[in-house]
Amino acid sequence: MTDAARAVEDLHLQNLTKRFGDFVAVDDLTLTIPAGSFFALLGASGCGKTTTLRMVAGLEDPTEGSIRIGEKDITGLRAFERPVNTVFQSYALFPHLDIFENVAFGLRRRGIKDVKPAVEQMLDLVELGSLARRKPSQLSGGQQQRVAVARALINEPDVLLLDEPLGALDLKLRRQMQIELKRIQMDVGTTFVHVTHDQEEAMTMADTVAVMNAGRIEQMGHPADIYETPQTVFVANFLGQSNLIDGRRTGTSGEFGVIEAHGLSFMVPSDRCFCSGSDVTLGVRPEKITVLDAVDAEQVPDGHNRLEGRVTDVSYTGVSTQYLIDAPWGQELIVFEQNVVVGDRCSVGDPVILHWAPSHTFGLDPAPGRGAGIDPEVIEAERVNAHLRVRGAED
Amino acid sequence: MVAVVPTAARSGASAPVAQRSSKTGYLLLFPGMAWLGVFFAIPFVTLFMTSLQAPVAGSPGKYQFGLEFGNYASAMAEYWPLFLRSFLYAGIATLLALAIAYPLAYFIAFRAGQWRSLMLVLVIAPSFASFLLRTYAWKTILADEGIITSTLNSLHLLPEGRILNTGIAVVAGLTYNFLPFMILPLYAALEKIDPRLMEAAGDLYASPQTAFRKVTWPLSMPGIVAGTLLTFIPASGDYINAALLGSTGNRMIGNAIQINFIQFRDYPTASALSFVLMAAILVLVFTYIRRAGTEDLV
Ligand SMILES: Nc1ncnc2c1ncn2[C@@H]1O[C@H](COP(=O)(O)OP(=O)(O)OP(=O)(O)O)[C@@H](O)[C@H]1O
Ligand SMILES: [Mg+2]
Repeated sequence: MTDAARAVEDLHLQNLTKRFGDFVAVDDLTLTIPAGSFFALLGASGCGKTTTLRMVAGLEDPTEGSIRIGEKDITGLRAFERPVNTVFQSYALFPHLDIFENVAFGLRRRGIKDVKPAVEQMLDLVELGSLARRKPSQLSGGQQQRVAVARALINEPDVLLLDEPLGALDLKLRRQMQIELKRIQMDVGTTFVHVTHDQEEAMTMADTVAVMNAGRIEQMGHPADIYETPQTVFVANFLGQSNLIDGRRTGTSGEFGVIEAHGLSFMVPSDRCFCSGSDVTLGVRPEKITVLDAVDAEQVPDGHNRLEGRVTDVSYTGVSTQYLIDAPWGQELIVFEQNVVVGDRCSVGDPVILHWAPSHTFGLDPAPGRGAGIDPEVIEAERVNAHLRVRGAED
Repeated sequence: MVAVVPTAARSGASAPVAQRSSKTGYLLLFPGMAWLGVFFAIPFVTLFMTSLQAPVAGSPGKYQFGLEFGNYASAMAEYWPLFLRSFLYAGIATLLALAIAYPLAYFIAFRAGQWRSLMLVLVIAPSFASFLLRTYAWKTILADEGIITSTLNSLHLLPEGRILNTGIAVVAGLTYNFLPFMILPLYAALEKIDPRLMEAAGDLYASPQTAFRKVTWPLSMPGIVAGTLLTFIPASGDYINAALLGSTGNRMIGNAIQINFIQFRDYPTASALSFVLMAAILVLVFTYIRRAGTEDLV
């Protein structure tokens, strides 16, 4: 089992499409998941993640397209004929069987007689050896989750599918299980396809993250690459936060494109500009921006993108300070500043200058509304927080 | 057996509540207990005493207090074949009902979609007509000139040449009459099964047949046990089906009890038979539940 040299092969999805009536749940998905990788499929609720997994598992027939593992086409195989196992979102443990028998289920179905050593080894791997004779209902959520992983993994599948396996756990246990799952994946070397709508989970666990939106993959790559260089407005907002400013491309200056927005001009590296027309949405991550008191204007390094604004909110979060800043044209921008120096911070109402290196800027095709990909719950939480802070300030 | 620790913790945390609710519990139990006392315990004792009564010499149909345990011996000597036949007929009817009800309940639980409620109503609907009436209807359905009998006869499938007034008719009647009591508990048990468990079984290399055998069937066991009991118990004591659909050769123990009570006015024998029937069913049921291994039911 720990033999990482086991021949695993890439999983290929080719033009995979699933329609429910007129509704397109998964839209012409083509991607390759490298053997042995930890692949995260990240997307908002209802974007087709589960449907994609179910098609790979054989629980849903694709309307179009094919699924291959290595050279082997498995599109036509029934679920029980595929070398793929699933950790279900609800765990779906068999309530009438004890933990041992749950884990042994797959082995027994394949006619393996002596299941004891394998099951015991597997239960040890997930640290549940002592609970082998309990029924699922007698376990905690985290323990059930590990049983679900063990029950799937013991079959040494080519691909392990995990459908939001941590969704039902509280935050602390989630963090713990994320580390656990990552450890198990490194131990066994199986390809993990992990579905989640938690961007932090996807980034910390996966080698490759694919961001999915409305049945399509918006962007795929190493977590850091996607974060640093989002290629669509959706990704820029869905993965972390971004400041997005609408403008027009007016020219080129060396390796940079020049973007005019609200009477100011900004530089964007040409290779970070993913825009087809002259309308460009310019973006920068909040932690890349430096806030300066307006009187310190001369400290802005040459060639930096800059703009003036007024602080509307300051909140201290320990590690960093979060500023909300009103740009001259009324847009609210967000800045995170590391709390490396003690003391002097800008306060509400201060005129400030924001600046950042052009190399941290990215250019995107404008999307209808800069809000694409922003989780409404996050916005609501921000709003409530801001409200509480205002009240706190009044007291 | 389930979750010892949480239970202990819970009862510790909410002791005052538990005390109050236990008093309320007794109050709530009272009407039921009173009902049981008046309509079960007292008749039960009376029935037992009747079964031991001795005839009054010189006046037939009159009995007096006695301890005639011989009543049991003579009743059994005369009627033991009827006991065997009752359990045989009830057993076959139960198995047939299970065979018919399981696929139906499965379909209603997992496949019926929006038709589910309608189908459940249809299962119960025949019960709106009287039991007696429905059994009479079977007399017509199974009549010698009827379609079923003549069709089967033309295929030479009936050894006795007829269905009515044979054991087949009695078993068919029993099966039909008690079918809803099989379908409903089966449906309730199947409906509770998470269909995702079947997907999980499929994902773990179980073919649909194996998934049924290893997951669905064991999980529906409480429904199977409840359904078979609810069918078998009333069927073994039934007399209407045997009286209307069978001949004298198909009498069941219910018929013997009825005749002794009403026609012969031999109350001690009738009571003794009732008692033995009750005891026999209890023994059978307990053995069965032991075998089926469902503690939840006892
Ligand atoms: N059997 C079905 N019939 C019709 N529509 C369906 C069916 N299954 C899924 N859908 C639709 O397809 C879309 C994608 O569903 P899916 O379950 O894949 O979402 P998801 O990305 O897993 O979301 P979540 O994060 O909430 O689990 C949804 O809009 C859903 O309503
Ligand atoms: Mg889902």
